[in-house]
Amino acid sequence: MTEAGQLQRKDILGLEELSRQEIELILQTAQSMTEVLQRTIKQVPTLRGRTVLNLFYEPSTRTKGSFDLACKYMSCGTISVSKASSSLVKGESLRDTVRNIEVMGPEAIIMRHPSPGAPHYLARMVSSSVINAGDGAHEHPTQGLLDLLTIQQHKGGFEGLEVAIIGDILHSRVARSDIWGLNKLGARVTVCGPASLLPPVMDQFDCRVTTDVEEAVRGVDVIYVLRVQSERQQQSFFPSLREYHRLYGIDVRRLALADSDALLMHPGPMNRGIEITTDVADGPQSVILQQVPNGVAVRMALLYLLLGGG
Amino acid sequence: MDRILIKDGQVIDPASDRSGIMDVLLEGDTVAAIGESLSVEGAKIIDADGCAVAPGFIDLHVHLREPGQEYKEDIASGTRAAARGGFTSVVAMPNTDPVIDDETGVRFVNDTAQRDGVVVVYPAGAITKGQKGEELAEMAIMAEAGACVFSDDGLPVARASVMQNALQYSSMLGIPLSVHEEIPSLKGEGVVNRGRVSTATGLPGISSAAESAMIARDIELLRLFGGHLHIAHVSTSRSVVLIEQAKSEGLNISCEVTPHHLTLTEDLVRETQFDTCTKVNPPLRTEDDRMALVKALREGTIDAVATDHAPHSVDDKDKEYMFADFGISGLETAFALLHDRLVLTGEVTLERLVESLTIGPADTFNLPGGTLSEGQPADICIFKTDEEWAVNPDRFASRGHNTPLVGWSLTGRVMTVLVGGKVILKDGELTC
Repeated sequence: MTEAGQLQRKDILGLEELSRQEIELILQTAQSMTEVLQRTIKQVPTLRGRTVLNLFYEPSTRTKGSFDLACKYMSCGTISVSKASSSLVKGESLRDTVRNIEVMGPEAIIMRHPSPGAPHYLARMVSSSVINAGDGAHEHPTQGLLDLLTIQQHKGGFEGLEVAIIGDILHSRVARSDIWGLNKLGARVTVCGPASLLPPVMDQFDCRVTTDVEEAVRGVDVIYVLRVQSERQQQSFFPSLREYHRLYGIDVRRLALADSDALLMHPGPMNRGIEITTDVADGPQSVILQQVPNGVAVRMALLYLLLGGG
Repeated sequence: MDRILIKDGQVIDPASDRSGIMDVLLEGDTVAAIGESLSVEGAKIIDADGCAVAPGFIDLHVHLREPGQEYKEDIASGTRAAARGGFTSVVAMPNTDPVIDDETGVRFVNDTAQRDGVVVVYPAGAITKGQKGEELAEMAIMAEAGACVFSDDGLPVARASVMQNALQYSSMLGIPLSVHEEIPSLKGEGVVNRGRVSTATGLPGISSAAESAMIARDIELLRLFGGHLHIAHVSTSRSVVLIEQAKSEGLNISCEVTPHHLTLTEDLVRETQFDTCTKVNPPLRTEDDRMALVKALREGTIDAVATDHAPHSVDDKDKEYMFADFGISGLETAFALLHDRLVLTGEVTLERLVESLTIGPADTFNLPGGTLSEGQPADICIFKTDEEWAVNPDRFASRGHNTPLVGWSLTGRVMTVLVGGKVILKDGELTC
């Protein structure tokens, strides 16, 4: 990091590769962006004249909208290419798509892609900054950072904090980014889900693993509920959404096992009545709706730290 | 008749237990004599002082891609890659386009190899028509045309009843089935080993049971229905245990292992930040698996080293990890990699390594060569054990530059290769 507090890196590919200091700088910058978001006129001229390319190989409403807003508030131009648009369905390779767009000179490329490692591949190919907006089940660093920001706002810090992540850990990029980030900041993570949705060799992450949801949430400071995808039931990972809800759904009774000030979080979109019940999702401990504007703030912060200054 | 005298080399011929500084006399296309200080009038001399002289290496498993995928490799380029690696005979896998599943296909590979090839090519025929796993291919007719093994490699024989019939039917012919052991539904979308790396990267994993469970099935079929079961590219410690047990019961089973599974692990996927040249099937496994494979090679449970040379074009590999093709271009680095990583570290002796590249594979598929005794084919590999070189795919003879070893410095280099008494590689460079 320089004196000016810029990130000394070209890309944001995952929380695994960020240091604690870098994460703290991003969170601090994002916190100041939340103040910008409180203003009536939210647009600042910081990145005027800069251009960002949004490249979405998977459908996304929330993340793409959040990046779009972040770009708009920072006054940078955007080009969007998504799966539905022509070149991607015509079978053009990622390499060719990106080379064609890169000659137009975007300063950053934001990419969501179904293959883990695709942003790493892209980052090697281009001189622009690359921000990973989700690569398969690997990482979703901006989600991880907005989750950290939300926790920090409520809990002040992370040292000694107990966090339980509940659900489909195996297929979750959110879980992976959250675990890396929380571990680096000193929180203790427990992951919990049906055994068929827990990845092997979790010891490398330094987190507790259990299939018992009540054990997982007892006394914790944060319950983080993951979205369950119904296609996993068709793929025989679990028998039914009803049974999933019975074993892992977070409701009033299970929330009550956590610390009385515990936060309830979810990356959205929620399946109400399955992984989470409406009364707790909309209840006083839920910070789910605060995660969303924090997402805009985190993305503004990253654009600023990668593209700002110079 | 042309006479060549290879002088003063360190002969390593595990089949005959010969070892020491000796001369090898070749007459025409056969070995005429081996002994100390031979002197022969009028023979052309190859000075092998400071080099090891071994039988030409034999590779039971290469993909030459011809017919149909010549943009990846063809018989001309693939056999030159073989020569660069010290291999004088290769078994060409039949998963080409079209699949080699009939007499015409086998003859095409033979004829093309005669015309364009620089090493001996043994065609493999498919087990099932089109490698679809449904109907048996014409094994007897393909055997007559020169197929030395049958394989649906690239794919398992998924249906147990088809595998049962294939074992029974091939047992009449005395020809092995080389099988790619994998339960399709356990592989699924998998691209790396299921374990530490799939968990950290989110890449879909292929569990070791995808391989070992299929091996267990086929051992049970072999026990009841006969035939010769050859397990291609063994990659897991459990596979080794099952094969070892089957061997101890006297079942007709053999197996091969690749240089990459003996020397690399899944960790390379992360260390290289998703280099698609680490994407190979079966996937690179754990260090425990690797150690079990090395031990099994050392102790003889594994019969042969085979490269599974799988050349691909730049476009097939220069893409996202999930979408890249599986495979490593392995012929030109095999010996050096194994020598550097296993022999120099003391994990395997040089003699055992040479054995697993020569008489081991020859005996496994009942092929000529693999030893330097009189009357044997004049197929020779002369290499240096102290020469260091850096892997540079731009210099490969193979069209497939897909190796995860780019820039690696390896000690051990193939210098001179003769096939049928003809020099095809000299000082590490092709002469043909």
